[in-house]
Amino acid sequence: MSDAPPELSGSRLTGLTDAVRRQLHSGRLVDYAFMALFVVLLVAAALSSDNFFTQANLTNLARQMVTNGLISLGMLFVILSGGIDLSVGAVVALGGIIAAGLVGDVPLALAVLVALAVGSIAGAVNGVLVARLRLASFIVTLATLSTFRGLVYVYSDTPISPETRSFRSMLGGASIAGVPVPVIILLVCFAIGWLFLNRTVPGRTVTALGGNREAVRLAGFNVGRYETLPYVISGFTSALAGVLVVSRLGIAQPNLGVGYELDGIAATVIGGAVLGGGGGSVGGTLGGVMVLGLIDNLLNLLNVRSYFQQVVKGLIIVVAVLARRAGRHAN
Amino acid sequence: MDERGATTAPIVRVTGISKRFGETQALRDVGLEAIAGEVHAIVGENGAGKSTLLRILSGAEQPDDGHIWVAGQRVTLGSPIAARRLGIRAVYQELSLVPHLSVAENILMERFAGRRVFLIDPKEIRAQAAALLDELGFSLDVATRVDRLDVSQRQMVEIAKGIAERPRILVLDEPSAVLSREESERLFTLIRRSTAEGVLVLYVSHRLDEVCEIADRVTVLKDGAYVTTVRPGDIDQHYLVSLMVGRRIEDVYPTREPSASPSPRLTVQRLGRDDVFSDVSFDVGVGEIVGLFGLVGSGRTDVARAIFGAEPATRGHMSLDGRHYAPRSPEQALRTGVAYLTEDRGRDGLIPHQSIGPNISLAVIRGQARLGFVDRRREAADAVDQMRLLRVRADDPETLVDHLSGGNQQKVLLARSLLTEAKLLILDEPTRGVDVTTKIEIYRTIAQLAATGSAILLITSELVEILGMSDRILVMRRGTIVAEQSASDATEHSLVAAATGVAA
Repeated sequence: MSDAPPELSGSRLTGLTDAVRRQLHSGRLVDYAFMALFVVLLVAAALSSDNFFTQANLTNLARQMVTNGLISLGMLFVILSGGIDLSVGAVVALGGIIAAGLVGDVPLALAVLVALAVGSIAGAVNGVLVARLRLASFIVTLATLSTFRGLVYVYSDTPISPETRSFRSMLGGASIAGVPVPVIILLVCFAIGWLFLNRTVPGRTVTALGGNREAVRLAGFNVGRYETLPYVISGFTSALAGVLVVSRLGIAQPNLGVGYELDGIAATVIGGAVLGGGGGSVGGTLGGVMVLGLIDNLLNLLNVRSYFQQVVKGLIIVVAVLARRAGRHAN
Repeated sequence: MDERGATTAPIVRVTGISKRFGETQALRDVGLEAIAGEVHAIVGENGAGKSTLLRILSGAEQPDDGHIWVAGQRVTLGSPIAARRLGIRAVYQELSLVPHLSVAENILMERFAGRRVFLIDPKEIRAQAAALLDELGFSLDVATRVDRLDVSQRQMVEIAKGIAERPRILVLDEPSAVLSREESERLFTLIRRSTAEGVLVLYVSHRLDEVCEIADRVTVLKDGAYVTTVRPGDIDQHYLVSLMVGRRIEDVYPTREPSASPSPRLTVQRLGRDDVFSDVSFDVGVGEIVGLFGLVGSGRTDVARAIFGAEPATRGHMSLDGRHYAPRSPEQALRTGVAYLTEDRGRDGLIPHQSIGPNISLAVIRGQARLGFVDRRREAADAVDQMRLLRVRADDPETLVDHLSGGNQQKVLLARSLLTEAKLLILDEPTRGVDVTTKIEIYRTIAQLAATGSAILLITSELVEILGMSDRILVMRRGTIVAEQSASDATEHSLVAAATGVAA
C-alpha cells in the first residue's frame, strides 16, 4: 500500500536488524541454517577421512543419492497435495525387476518404458483409490505397499541378473563428462519438477489441493483428476529409481526397496514439507536428500555401525522438523 | 455489584502497547481503559489493529512494548491460559472448535483440560451442555457433531464455550458477523445479562448500528493507533465512521438506474434438493441485483450452491440466457459463466499458505494458461489491480493470505470471483467482516457490474445492505421462497416478518 508508513531506519543497526527480520519473516533463515549444516558436514567429512574428497567417493555419494532423490521428488508432490505414499519402496522393486526381467528379451528402451509405465499405473491405482473413492492415502498406500510387493514376488521370487551389458553400460554405470548418467537423470527430473510445481497450472493446483480441497473444487477444478496426478508422478519416479538402481547393481532383488518410503518422507520433511499439505519445495527436498545422503556417507567413512547410523538419522529428522517449526513461528 | 459508573477504577488498563508482524506495524502506542460492567466496543477499519489488541489482551500474542493492568495488578499475559487464570476469556472470529466432536464435548472440553478427569460420562456432559445452552437461549442439539453445523451455529457454540467459564472479562471478536438478526438479539440479551453481573465485555464489530446499540463506550483505532473513546449516546454513526476513516462518508449505497423490465438471465423453476429446499422459483434479469434474504438455515446458501453446481439440485430446472442450465459441478457452472463467492472463506474459500496472487487467480488460472504454464505476468498484474481496486491492505501480492486480517482475506476472495467476469455472480455475504470504506467500494463494484450487464444474486444477513443494494428481494424460510418484495416496498420490518413467518 502506498499509504503505508515508511520504515524508520535511522541507524545502520536498525537496517541490519530489519534485514534479519525480513529473512526470518520469509522463513529463509532455516534454509541458510541447513546450508550451513551441509557445509559443516562437508568440512567434518573432509577432516575426518582422507577418502572423502576423492573422485571415487564423491561419485559414489552422488549415485547413492539418486534412489532417494527420485523417491523424495515424487513423495513431495503427494505430500503437497495433502497425502502420503507409503508404497514407493514396493514400486521401486516392481520397476527394477520388470526392467531386469524384460531387458534380455526386448530392446533396452522398451524394457525401461514398460517398467516406467507399470510404475505409473501402480501410482494411478493409488491415486484413483484416494481421489475418486475418497480413501485415506495412508491406508490406501499401506495396502498397495503389500499388494505391489506381492506382485514383485509373483513376477519373480528369485533375484534377476540380466545378461545384457548394455543395461549397465547405458544407464547405471555410464558417465557423461565424468558425471554418472543416473545423477544427470536425477538433476533433470528435479529441474522438471521445479518447473512443474512453480510454473504450471497442474503444479499450482496440486499445492492448492493440500491447502484447501473444497476451495479448489469451488474454483472450478476437477479435483479428482488433480488429486490422482501426484500419485502417478510418485509411481513414475519410484519405478525410475528402481530401474536405475538395478542397472547400477546389475541385479534385481525382489526385496529391493524395503523401507525406502521412510527416507523419502524424511528427506521431504527435512526440506520443509509439511505432512498433510501446505508447504514444501523442490529445492528444499533436494537439500534434504543431500543432507541425508551425506550423513550416511560420513557415518560409513567413519566406520560407524549401521545400527548406530539409524539412531543418528532419526535424531536428525527430529531436530530438522523442530528447526523448521521454529522457523515458521518466527513469522 | 456496584452501580455502573461508581466503579471508576478500571478493571483493564493498557498503556503504550506496540506490536509488529514482520513489516507491518499492527499497533503503535495504544492505550485503553475499561471498567467492570460495561460493554466497551473497539472499532476501526480492516487492519486498524482491533484483533491484534484483543489477541494481546487474551494472551494469544505478546506485545513488543507496553504494560497491562488487570484489576489494579500489573500483569504479563504470557499465554491464553495465563489470561484465563485472570478471568479473561476470548471468543475469536476464527472459529476454534474441534470438528468431529459433539457440541457438548466442545463446550465443556476446557473444563476437563488440566483436571484429573479420566472417565467422561457422555450423558453427564450432554446434560450440562444442554442446560447451559438453554440458559443462554440457544437452541441446538448438543449431541450433533460440530462439523454438521453451519457457521452461525458454530459461532453460537463458540460463544457458549466462552461464557461457560464465567469470565470476569469477556472478549468478543466479531461475534455477530455470522449471526442472523434474531440470533444477534439473543446475543445482546446475553451480553447485557453478563454486564449486569459485573463482567466487562470487550466487543469488536463492523456493524456500527449494533455497536451503538450495545456499547457503553466505543474506542476508535485507526492504522494501529488510538484515536479516541466516545459514548455512543453523544455522537451519531456518521461521526463514528468519520473517526474511523479520517474523513466524512456521504453516500454508502450507489445510486442506480435499473431498467424497468430486464430480460431474464437466470430462470429457476421449482428447484429443489433432497429435503434441504424445494419449489424455489425466481429469475434474475440482465443488469439486475436480486437480494436473497433469510435467516441462517433457511436454505438460501443451499439454493446458491445448487445454482453453482456445488451440490447440484435434484428437482426442477434452470435456464441461463434461455438455454437449459443444469450444472453438475462448479467447473461446469464457471464455464457457463456463473460464479459464486462463498460465505465461509476458511472452509471453502482461501488456500492457506499461499500468497495473495495465486489465491486471486485460482478460478481463472486455467483459462489464462499457455500450454499449461501459468501466465505469471497476467497473474501479477491482475493481483495488483484487484488489490488496488478493493484496497487490500498488504505490502504486495506475495504476502501470504494467512497474514491478512479477516476483512482483507474477504477482499481477496471477492477479487477471485470478480476476475471470472461471470454473467451471473452469486455473492454470499460479500461484505462479511469488511470495513465501511471497503464496503462502499464493494457496493460500487457490484453496482458497476450490474450496470455493465451482469446479473447479481446477493445473499446477506445485513438488512440495510440488502435494502440498499437490491432491485428486488426474495425472502426464504424453511427451504422455500415465501415472499418477493420490490426494493421500494420492502422495509426491515417486512423482511424480518416474512423471514420469521410472523405476520407483518
